Amino acid sequence: MYVAVKGGETAINNAHRLLADRRRGDRSVPAMHLEQIVEQLGLAVDRIMSEGSLYDCELAALAFKQARGDMIEAIFLLRAYRTTLPRFGYSNPVDTNRMHIERRISATYKDLPGGQLLGPTFDYTHRLLDPALMGSQDVETPVTKQAAEQSTPRVSQLLTQEGLIESDGDLPDDHQTGDLTREPMEFPMARDVRLQALSRGDEGFLLALGYSTQRGFGRSHPFVGEIRIGEVDVEIDIPELGFAINLGRIRVTECQMVTQFQGSAKSPPQFTRGYGLVFGQSERKAMAMSLVDRSLRARELGEDLTAPAQDEEFVISHADNVQATGFVEHLKLPHYVDFQAELDLVRRMRSEFEAAQERDGNAGEDLEAAE
Amino acid sequence: MLQAENTSVYLGGFVQPVFDAQTVFRQVMNAMARPGTITRFDALTTPPAPLISVTGSIAAALFDHDTSVWLEPAQASQPALTGWLTFNTSTKIVAQGFDADFAIVTDAGALPSLESFAQGTQEFPDRSTTIILQVESLDQGPRLVLEGPGIKEKAFISPSGLPDQFCEQCSANRQRFPRGVDLLLVSTQGLIGLPRTVKISRG
Amino acid sequence: MNTHGELATYNFAYLDEQTKRMIRRAILKAIAIPGYQVPFASREMPMPYGWGTGGVQVTAAVIGPDDTLKVIDQGADDTTNAVSIRAFFQKVTNVAVTTSTRQATIIQTRHRIPEEQLGENQILVYQVPIPEPLRFLEPRETETRKMHALEEYGLMHVKLYEDIARNGHIATTYAYPVKVEGRYVMDPSPTPKFDNPKMHMSQALQLFGAGREKRIYAIPPYTEVVSLDFEDHPFEVQTFKDPCALCAATGVYLDEVILDDKGSRMFVCSDTDHCENRRNEGHHGHLSGQALEAQQ
Ligand SMILES: [Zn+2]
Repeated sequence: MYVAVKGGETAINNAHRLLADRRRGDRSVPAMHLEQIVEQLGLAVDRIMSEGSLYDCELAALAFKQARGDMIEAIFLLRAYRTTLPRFGYSNPVDTNRMHIERRISATYKDLPGGQLLGPTFDYTHRLLDPALMGSQDVETPVTKQAAEQSTPRVSQLLTQEGLIESDGDLPDDHQTGDLTREPMEFPMARDVRLQALSRGDEGFLLALGYSTQRGFGRSHPFVGEIRIGEVDVEIDIPELGFAINLGRIRVTECQMVTQFQGSAKSPPQFTRGYGLVFGQSERKAMAMSLVDRSLRARELGEDLTAPAQDEEFVISHADNVQATGFVEHLKLPHYVDFQAELDLVRRMRSEFEAAQERDGNAGEDLEAAE
Repeated sequence: MLQAENTSVYLGGFVQPVFDAQTVFRQVMNAMARPGTITRFDALTTPPAPLISVTGSIAAALFDHDTSVWLEPAQASQPALTGWLTFNTSTKIVAQGFDADFAIVTDAGALPSLESFAQGTQEFPDRSTTIILQVESLDQGPRLVLEGPGIKEKAFISPSGLPDQFCEQCSANRQRFPRGVDLLLVSTQGLIGLPRTVKISRG
Repeated sequence: MNTHGELATYNFAYLDEQTKRMIRRAILKAIAIPGYQVPFASREMPMPYGWGTGGVQVTAAVIGPDDTLKVIDQGADDTTNAVSIRAFFQKVTNVAVTTSTRQATIIQTRHRIPEEQLGENQILVYQVPIPEPLRFLEPRETETRKMHALEEYGLMHVKLYEDIARNGHIATTYAYPVKVEGRYVMDPSPTPKFDNPKMHMSQALQLFGAGREKRIYAIPPYTEVVSLDFEDHPFEVQTFKDPCALCAATGVYLDEVILDDKGSRMFVCSDTDHCENRRNEGHHGHLSGQALEAQQ
């Protein structure tokens, strides 16, 4: 007797058990500790926190381990946890002028107040695999410069003094910062919400879009005004106390892209801004984000909309890798009911097609016979 | 005396917030989905007068920090009432009906024009006010006939205490579809939902 | 720092109360405007977007301890994703679950409407991947929103008519668009058009949740739901030549099952509960008692 496929539950449990086994791998190799991931795979942890929009190194490391190193799966795990957290309040905007800078570079000025600091960058490493890292040899203590001042003005402020760059946005004082995790998305978007979407957006997607603008699909003539990486204080106002209290420090990467703008009916010729801010050390993402932010301001600045990176609905609707991966991967779920409906239709159309062919063929033969 | 009043602001909310809210919502949903049906639940809240328990429970189930509510001026000036609502739900109280997600009307006979509340837009008709209208009873008044989505053929209700022009107001509201307000008639007996789609006539 | 103990806590039905209220308010507006897609701030759920997060959020906002839940995917209770979603709700609500259509108070579904007529005490929750019926004709939300606002559905009729011109009939077999109460054109989710007539004047409340696209919509009970068509090409549902091979049911939706590598096949009920009930009632199809031991 035919028995319909049952036992989905057993199959799922067995799959989970096998997954746990593969995740652990060879039992004779020591299991990874979260501290090892946090300390030694920090840039992976940073990306998970940034796109997972939750600043918690330990949980990001846990997600990374649980996901067997699959970044998007790890980001998803962190997001799904984040969504269950109660919201106690909203912090004040972080002041990146007062960042405890570890890296700071500008491509627009040779030297500038506060100086340039290369920091822990891959930039001038020769990309040669290092056999020494195959073992666990000692590493020299680093040489660092004492951070000069309490506050290091941003390059954009230097340009502002000359009046050659647009102002830093003009949101009214009573503007409540939007939050796309709490409110339904709506286009066109306010820039604050758009920046939030970009900051959570997929690094690879934004990188490709930013790259496309450099290759002429919506060219914006960008210069890196400044990239700075370091720790900033997060403060929250407590109305009952009448002052802000410090919740702690987070590491962020900020990129200000300065782009030439020839002016339009709406604005005079000047430099314009593209902005990127992400959790952790993630320069590529912050740079790509600032390129895309600038491109998405095309409508606001009265530029022609010609390129994918300028299309807000296209970019924002597809930037989220947790959404994208879910929908792409859902194609592996059973669709046999729909497929049956299509199968039926294609069979019907096919037999109609063949009947028509036969009719035409016969008609041709008849014609020949007549001649 | 003052002490007692202040304390009452903090009392009378849901005892089991998670389950009570679910119970109330389900009955509100059933009422909206089946206009003309009287749905009920136990007295789960004790709000200050003139709010009745049903109203207080709907507020506790659906209002929060993200909602705004309009109250009749006479009620908006009652600290005990506004305090109870804001303490138990964190909702914002607004002065204009057209800014409100919800409105509570305790004097049904003096129901303001339905047009004075948020109607939603043609693009976003959901952004309209839901009016909680306290009436004397749900079954002691003149008979009204209901038709529309959620109703098999016809439904009959007999609420008492409605304003004279209620049917005309509802019919104008229905003309504005998809824009328009939605109503919940409430009394100590329970509630009746009157979504904007409902067609009401006397009979 | 975080402890694992903290990680394991969640509310009844997983969602926090504020999220439930937000979804509940959206559901009420959806019921008041049948067929209109209410935007809502969909949450990240512990299962992937596109795998039923919209339906799960709607069910989570509606469900209470007295409910009995049934979850189906492709009409079946034992498909892996249905098993997974059912297990999720068992874990986070501890409500009774069932495979019986009749006993369920809430049925969450992907791609099918049960064969058995649903009753007034039931709620059918659909998982919806793309809620916008006009999306494949116009990819921009800003544009489709205007079309709904203006009741401008010409594009959809043009598309269906082009099908007829090219193929002699409408080439849409599932997610076949409907018009609700004479106003909104609505996507019924990717159910086969076979199921469309069941939506019309349904006794049960129908709720639709699209998590990734952040939309909730509804059809109240006893509401007019009409599949789009033309006078000279009226809407018609799929028909199957043979009855179910197991329970001999006719007039139901059948799945094609390939039996061997020579291409022999049989057709059986997609609604597994319906098929089982019929067999328990003594109905037998031509393959129910024999021949298929080879399969096991
Ligand atoms: Zn069968």
